[in-house]
Amino acid sequence: MSYETKRLIEIRQGVLSKNDQLAAELRSRFHAAGVTVINLLSSPGAGKTSLLEATMRVMLAECRVAALVGDLATDNDARRLARSGGLVRQIQTGDMCHLEADIVARHLADWDLSQIDLLFIENVGNLVCPAGYDLGEAARVVLLSTTEGEDKPLKYPATFATADAVLLTKMDLAGPVGFDRAMAEENIRAVNPLAPIIATSARSETGLQEWMAWLREQMQARAKGSKTIA
Amino acid sequence: MHELSIAYNIVNIATRAAQEAGAEQISAVHIRIGALAGVVADALRFSFAIAAEGTPLANAELIIEEVPVVVFCPNCRTEVTLPNPRLFRCPSCHRPCGQIVHGRELELVALETL
Repeated sequence: MSYETKRLIEIRQGVLSKNDQLAAELRSRFHAAGVTVINLLSSPGAGKTSLLEATMRVMLAECRVAALVGDLATDNDARRLARSGGLVRQIQTGDMCHLEADIVARHLADWDLSQIDLLFIENVGNLVCPAGYDLGEAARVVLLSTTEGEDKPLKYPATFATADAVLLTKMDLAGPVGFDRAMAEENIRAVNPLAPIIATSARSETGLQEWMAWLREQMQARAKGSKTIA
Repeated sequence: MHELSIAYNIVNIATRAAQEAGAEQISAVHIRIGALAGVVADALRFSFAIAAEGTPLANAELIIEEVPVVVFCPNCRTEVTLPNPRLFRCPSCHRPCGQIVHGRELELVALETL
């Protein structure tokens, strides 16, 4: 062995290639079943669950909505969301700060995807780690609440740059907390010039119509996509 | 803090590759991290040292190449490198560019044996 000389072993493989492969499998399953999947990302307490409650209440009247809800611990969010009447399941990640494709696959193993039109995956509240993990979603939506400060997009560019839409949440608190909406939008635009920005409040129901119109567009785009392929 | 789980992924992939190549000891691990990969290099180095214990990668050096953000500029019709990952504007025409071409990489490139 001492004769062995220094050499290079080429690998050239994505460190998360296993997750990417599982996510690609999930994406084709979702596509085949006609489910539009939305991955929701934000910091803890930005209002993902409140937004989902308000969204599911309305969307359930027109389509079949389900949600997978990721948290480090407790099933409080799932219990809150279940009141809407949709299919809801809690994912408790323990110490994991993000969801991965295999966790998602395991938690929907016994669901009949053909009975779902719109599936929300509420990621663990965290603006760093979830950004690197594809879950097979059709679109990634990032929330920024008025109480967090306008510079979050500049502090977490990886998450905001890869968003397909950005929602400003808790707009009913914008006045009391002195939220500068123009600056927040400018910061979002700096790292993501393409994503639509929708200002919402789950409490006052501001902007929810616009948000749901965007969701319907995503669902229609899926439906058209499947027809073309079939 | 997901660097530890990323470090374990690196160690698992690299250990398998080392075994397949018949290498008993790895002296260096080359990886590429995009500016938008959401991975902190220092945290990864720290985690890697822990994850590598008791494997052929123990004491190996983690050599990190940082990959800048490259976007497609629809105006210039070309790929451009962003000098600042917090400003998605074409450095030559200054128009906003949002189509990411590079910068999300998290790649295990190669191993060096002793």
